[in-house]
Amino acid sequence: MRYIGRKVLYFLATLWAVVTLNFLIPRLQPGDPAEIMVRRLAGKDAALDQAQVEAMRAMLGTPTDSLWAQYVTYLQELVQGNLGLSYTYYPFPVTQVIGQAFWWTVVLVTVVQVLSFVGGVVLGAYAAWRRNSRFDSVVTLGSTVLGTLQPFWIGLMLLYVFGYTLGWFPTSGGFSEATPGWNWAFIQEVVSHAFLPALALLIVMPIGWILGMRNTMIMNLGEDYIRLAKAKGLTDRDVALRYAARNALLPSVTGFALALGSVLGGAILVENVFDYPGLGRLMGEAVSQKDYPLLQALMLLSAVAVLVANLVADLLYGVLDPRARRAEG
Amino acid sequence: MSANRTPLPTPGENFMAVGEPEQELSVDQVGDVETPDQWWQVLWSSKKARIGIIILGVYVLVAIFAPLIAPHDPLDGSFEPLAPASSTNWLGTTTSGQDIASQLIYGTRISLLVGLFGGLFATVIATVIGLTSGYAEGTLLDDLLSFLTNVFLVIPVFPLIITLVAYSEVRGLWLIVAVVSITSWAGAARAKRAQIITLRNRDFVTAAKFSGEGTGRIVFREIMPNMSSLVLASFVGAATGAIFAEAGLAALGLGDSRNVSWGTMLYQSEQQGALAQGLWLWVFAPGVVLAVLMTATTFINFGVDLLSNPHLREDA
Repeated sequence: MRYIGRKVLYFLATLWAVVTLNFLIPRLQPGDPAEIMVRRLAGKDAALDQAQVEAMRAMLGTPTDSLWAQYVTYLQELVQGNLGLSYTYYPFPVTQVIGQAFWWTVVLVTVVQVLSFVGGVVLGAYAAWRRNSRFDSVVTLGSTVLGTLQPFWIGLMLLYVFGYTLGWFPTSGGFSEATPGWNWAFIQEVVSHAFLPALALLIVMPIGWILGMRNTMIMNLGEDYIRLAKAKGLTDRDVALRYAARNALLPSVTGFALALGSVLGGAILVENVFDYPGLGRLMGEAVSQKDYPLLQALMLLSAVAVLVANLVADLLYGVLDPRARRAEG
Repeated sequence: MSANRTPLPTPGENFMAVGEPEQELSVDQVGDVETPDQWWQVLWSSKKARIGIIILGVYVLVAIFAPLIAPHDPLDGSFEPLAPASSTNWLGTTTSGQDIASQLIYGTRISLLVGLFGGLFATVIATVIGLTSGYAEGTLLDDLLSFLTNVFLVIPVFPLIITLVAYSEVRGLWLIVAVVSITSWAGAARAKRAQIITLRNRDFVTAAKFSGEGTGRIVFREIMPNMSSLVLASFVGAATGAIFAEAGLAALGLGDSRNVSWGTMLYQSEQQGALAQGLWLWVFAPGVVLAVLMTATTFINFGVDLLSNPHLREDA
């Protein structure tokens, strides 16, 4: 119980730090941030869009207030789920704009994260079990070589070969003609549109799991309990799966949240390559349109997502490994 | 031990010298007695690291002598647009008539500079925070620094980098270097904290304390040389991350607008619809040179692993 309490407390403290950082970033610039930003936008196109000024005000609060008062207002708004208005999509609130893109990215990232984890752990465990075999060297060398590639560049190459040249997959968007909803035509379109973005990420993302799992498993295979299990006459399969792999899996659980961060980072670029209608493309759009309220909200959302994943991994680790509970509890 | 490479006497020798002042051994003489492998010898002994160093060397030469190697000015748009590869334009031209090969050659400069300085600054931050935190283990200072480290470890780096860069009006090389280094030190800081905790109760540290050395000197001059391979490994890792981050940022349109980098090439090719027009070389080339550079740093890291883990050296 104390273990859980500690982890939840830690989660809340980190959450506070992230929220505060998100508050401070736009205010780090010298001078009055709202004025600077409005002037910068005005400098670009002479006629200043009133909508943008409004959105900026909504995001930054009344600039004449003290920093502390702004902070209090910011926290109050945040608790109410108010993150300001997007000015690319004025007058829609940022949360609504994000809501529309949210599920696209959640589906993509979840599929990639789960497949990477499962695939990586299985490949890594098998490579360690058959250490120095041909399978092991292919997997290790392959991981090293593919690890030098950028997911978004892989995406560009896939797009060229399978999208433009062979025409097997659509080249942009999330769906084409079907009406969104739970109908077969729409689901088919979603899958065919998401296939290449997911593949681009799936070529790189399992590598960390593969190498990590392989290393821990090799270390575990040298332990006495494995020798004992073999001596007892257990089958290879049982020793590999129920003894070595099960224990080697533990460190991978803690890596789960950090891996989610890198999948999100990769997804931002990959989504922009494929014009996939998720949060990453929205972030690209926010950057090019200087839609700061939207950008801030997306940053906060991705940080909170990783924080929550981290908490889940920590709690799961406590369940899986009683030593963690005892040591820290 | 790799610590012997420093001009400073290693702590053990120092202690001896205090006990027997009349028999002063110079550092060189001590080296003659033991002749441990120097760190560069260990690095060079690994075939993979050797390949990596040679590839990196070629990139460095290309970056330094870019004006001599590149056939044209990378921003000169006077060529026929969309020309295929030819003897004048080795890799063809862009939609605005710029020479792709020259852009690729000049782009090496940006990637290497970002890697060098981004890696360097991130390593300095990681080293200072990690070592201070670990040496002060259990104190309030350690708690604060560990908390800071964990916050930066958990925040997804790339969205944070994008947000910070997006606010800045001038997007020069140094902004990217600064943002990358202040966002990507956390993992290395944690590793260094763990390492110094295992080192800080060794005899040589106690000896240094008794001889009245200050805390800063003990941490950075006595203990740190014993962690040089970890510091080097974290530098290589941070440099790799910085190069990747710059390419990603530039590909998103947040690059240094006055210079050509591989990332800006990718951004422009995408903006111009290069793939839809079949101009795959424009997209393919920057990714390949980046991948080869990344292979080089990965291979060098195999050599650095040999430094930090002597057990691996027999296999090499």
